[in-house]
Amino acid sequence: MRIEMNVNGRPMAAEAEGRTLLVHFLRDTLGLTGTHWGCDTTNCGVCVVWLDGKPVKSCTVLAAMADGHEVRTVEGLEGESGLDPVQEGFMRMHGLQCGFCTPGMMMTARWLLDQNPDPSETEIREAISGQICRCTGYENIVRAVRWAAEHPQGADESEGVNA
Amino acid sequence: MQVPAPVEYERALSVEEAIALLVKHGSESRLIAGGHSLLPMMKLRLARPEVVIDINPLAGALSYVRREGDELAIGAMTRHADLLASALVSEHAPIIAEAERVIADPVVRNRGTVGGSLCQADPAEDLSAVFAALGATVRIRGPRGERSVDIDSFHTGPYTTVVEPDEILTEVRVRIHPGASSAYEKVERRVGDWAIAAAGAMLQVSGAAITSARIGLAAVGAEAFRAPRAEALLSGKEGSPELFAAAGAEAGRECNPHSDQRGPEDYKRHLVSVLTERALSRAYARASGGAAR
Ligand SMILES: Cc1cc2nc3c(=O)[nH]c(=O)nc-3n(C[C@H](O)[C@H](O)[C@H](O)COP(=O)(O)OP(=O)(O)OC[C@H]3O[C@@H](n4cnc5c(N)ncnc54)[C@H](O)[C@@H]3O)c2cc1C
Ligand code: FES
Ligand code: FES
Repeated sequence: MRIEMNVNGRPMAAEAEGRTLLVHFLRDTLGLTGTHWGCDTTNCGVCVVWLDGKPVKSCTVLAAMADGHEVRTVEGLEGESGLDPVQEGFMRMHGLQCGFCTPGMMMTARWLLDQNPDPSETEIREAISGQICRCTGYENIVRAVRWAAEHPQGADESEGVNA
Repeated sequence: MQVPAPVEYERALSVEEAIALLVKHGSESRLIAGGHSLLPMMKLRLARPEVVIDINPLAGALSYVRREGDELAIGAMTRHADLLASALVSEHAPIIAEAERVIADPVVRNRGTVGGSLCQADPAEDLSAVFAALGATVRIRGPRGERSVDIDSFHTGPYTTVVEPDEILTEVRVRIHPGASSAYEKVERRVGDWAIAAAGAMLQVSGAAITSARIGLAAVGAEAFRAPRAEALLSGKEGSPELFAAAGAEAGRECNPHSDQRGPEDYKRHLVSVLTERALSRAYARASGGAAR
């Protein structure tokens, strides 16, 4: 069947089978491999994208169910003026090691900050509780999200990259 | 398996159309709501429908929580996250809000629906225990018209309900009783997991006396998710820590848990007694006007 959706502000269309999962449609058909795919049980959260403005696990949504809807992936995080503060936070605070969980973590983090611009550590941990990181022990992910909360406009020029 | 077997995709734009598509495709077709139980089962080949009928377009019509007279009406397509955010729910049925906080994780809660949870009828489904405790009524529509079913006769066994293959659940209704309140307690192995055991309670109180008591249990093989012998201990009595401990112990005895990877039977019975006691105490304090947390 033919599937059309708006991805990161751009209309996209392609053929897919009824059984095709959104994560595979994004990665294999549209070539947007920023979204990862890590489990069969809807537990790991590396596949999180926004569907109509809310984070969802794209391994548990049929591509056909997103037909006619709006999707935002990690490729759509960067804005006109550069990296999203969340991306910058992950970079500066060492919020990733292997990076496998990072796209999903950042999509949920962006959503959290849009709802709640000043989340506590507990609120951040709750928001990402459906997502697994095998490297960082989560500490630096929480710090990265806090960094983004404290720098809603991104870095000040004077701070430098290793601030 | 990582992807479902081939399946035909259909989309329903109205309840009538959903029913017509179910009739057209017969028993090999399944509705898909949040898809957060059905798709994992299709990946595992535990479910292998030939056609899935997407009812997400009905979210506009069937996603709501509203007060109608002395009842709370909840649309079948209401997502877990919407229930959790509903002020009406927190005010009139704190048991729902307390359960929702520990059902799956925040991202799953953006997708999973009330109707899907009830129709999935997993023996560990938290909302089944919650609506059993609340004495809810379920509305179902099909080619033969609409009917209302009491939650006590809704489940016919693990993963089965009275909803026929050509029917759709449209709404859950919960009565708002004066002087009543409720609470939910769950223990899981890790955040976001299904319950090892969970207990909910709804108590109606007049003065200090309990005029009506309902207990809902999840994941422990309780008949209709209830604990009738424990409930009988409570009716007409004045609430006290001893009474709630006795009722909890009775619930722990009368349920029917099995040893599995989530824990041995005796541990689950112990959990049921402690969780029931806690849920009862909190529901009682709330119903009596105390601010129990
Ligand atoms: C990682 C994970 C953790 C979870 N943890 C928990 C937990 O701790 N506690 C808990 O209770 N649940 C848990 N769940 C289940 C979650 O609540 C599901 O969302 C829910 O069980 C099913 O809702 P759904 O809308 O996704 O249903 P779907 O998967 O779309 O459907 C489930 C079944 O119901 C049928 N159906 C759906 N809607 C209707 C309708 N309106 N009328 C008739 N039939 C219908 C479908 O045909 C299908 O057979 C978890 C799920 C996941 C993926
Ligand atoms: S791939 Fe693991 S939750 Fe989606
Ligand atoms: S950085 Fe490796 S899994 Fe999170």
